[in-house]
Amino acid sequence: MDPIPYRRETPGTQPPGLWPDYRSTVLRSPRKPLIALPHTLSEVTGPIFGQDRLQSNDADLTSQHKERPIGDRMIVAGRVLDENGRPVAGTLIEIWQANSAGRYFHPRDSRDAPLDPNFTGGGRTLTDEAGRYRFITIKPGYYPWQNHENAWRPAHIHFSVFGSSFVTRLICQMYFEDDPMLRYDPIYMSVPSEAGRKQLLAKFDYELTMPGFGLGYRFDIVLRGRDATPFEADDHAH
Amino acid sequence: MPIESGWATVGPFFHAVLPWKDGGAMARPETKGEPITIIGCILDAEEQPINDAMIELWQANAAGRYNHPEDTQPGELDPSFQGFGRVTSDAQGCFTVNTIKPGPVRGLGNSWQAPHIEVSVFARGVLKRLVTRLYFEGEPANEHDPVLSLVEETQRRETLMAKPDPKERGRWHFTLRLGGPQETVFFEV
Repeated sequence: MDPIPYRRETPGTQPPGLWPDYRSTVLRSPRKPLIALPHTLSEVTGPIFGQDRLQSNDADLTSQHKERPIGDRMIVAGRVLDENGRPVAGTLIEIWQANSAGRYFHPRDSRDAPLDPNFTGGGRTLTDEAGRYRFITIKPGYYPWQNHENAWRPAHIHFSVFGSSFVTRLICQMYFEDDPMLRYDPIYMSVPSEAGRKQLLAKFDYELTMPGFGLGYRFDIVLRGRDATPFEADDHAH
Repeated sequence: MPIESGWATVGPFFHAVLPWKDGGAMARPETKGEPITIIGCILDAEEQPINDAMIELWQANAAGRYNHPEDTQPGELDPSFQGFGRVTSDAQGCFTVNTIKPGPVRGLGNSWQAPHIEVSVFARGVLKRLVTRLYFEGEPANEHDPVLSLVEETQRRETLMAKPDPKERGRWHFTLRLGGPQETVFFEV
């Protein structure tokens, strides 16, 4: 029996390949039309990771070094769901971000802003049975970049999620509500619909706030989903 | 209904912050199958090396079986082989992967797919990952591969072929071009 395919990308919801406002896309975007790949076993399978890919403190970016990093501590938590609203359990989430001064712990980031010896800015965790995850980190700073005159990235955290197959892979960025830089940012603005852009905003959440420690933000992530579960399809066949 | 979250570029800073252990060492000495080395290079539309890309690979084992619950084919799983790799390109835009040649995998209907590796390209300037496949030049099964046959401009199928090293057996060269006259075939999944 053929595998149950995933739903195709909803038109008008994802950034285009070529987006000249983001200059680096010009030489790095295919111009020939993409060919629709059928969802065979190669696409509906994908890597599944366990605890062996995690180290202690991977989910708490504020306790990976001797001292606490500088910056506003925050809790970022939420759920990973599929397009049918079902939780994606046991999947690997990776995050990475700049420090509170807007500098990445990376040899290529030569910006004139301080590095924080107590902050690397990388985290990993697995979602639980209900698709939930939780990180403790600090609020990333703004940073200038070379894309255009007076270009600044809004504060953001990168998210990488695998989901249950090759098709469900996702890399996105989380932003903050009311950030004045959002509408000037070609990466944020490359997501075509307003609803899609709003979905990338973390919401302040009083319930997630840890008294005396840091403020809480909620951010849910949606991965590609299927038209029907294999179970339903089996029923149908009988 | 919720829709898939909007993609964003991986940016240039992923690698140092989140190292991935053994990313290019997909096979171990005890892994069953023919050991191969893939030397990949990634170029932009002006044939300049892309030195800040992340490449992920996903493949079946030598028996053509994926290490995943949805693959219920009879072939045996190999406990020493997951089938996933993640590498970053170097200053020359190149990367090296040590793996085994995958077996043929069932396609849709009664078809069979030639040995292939699923490839995802992430980089600064790539807002949404680019998906392609790596096939092996000279493989007789390529003639009947249902995915290769979807590429109507037959000369473009060449862009999906890893080429055997003329001197060293088991060594394969694969060039990814994100644009330009020899642009690689990319797929929408």
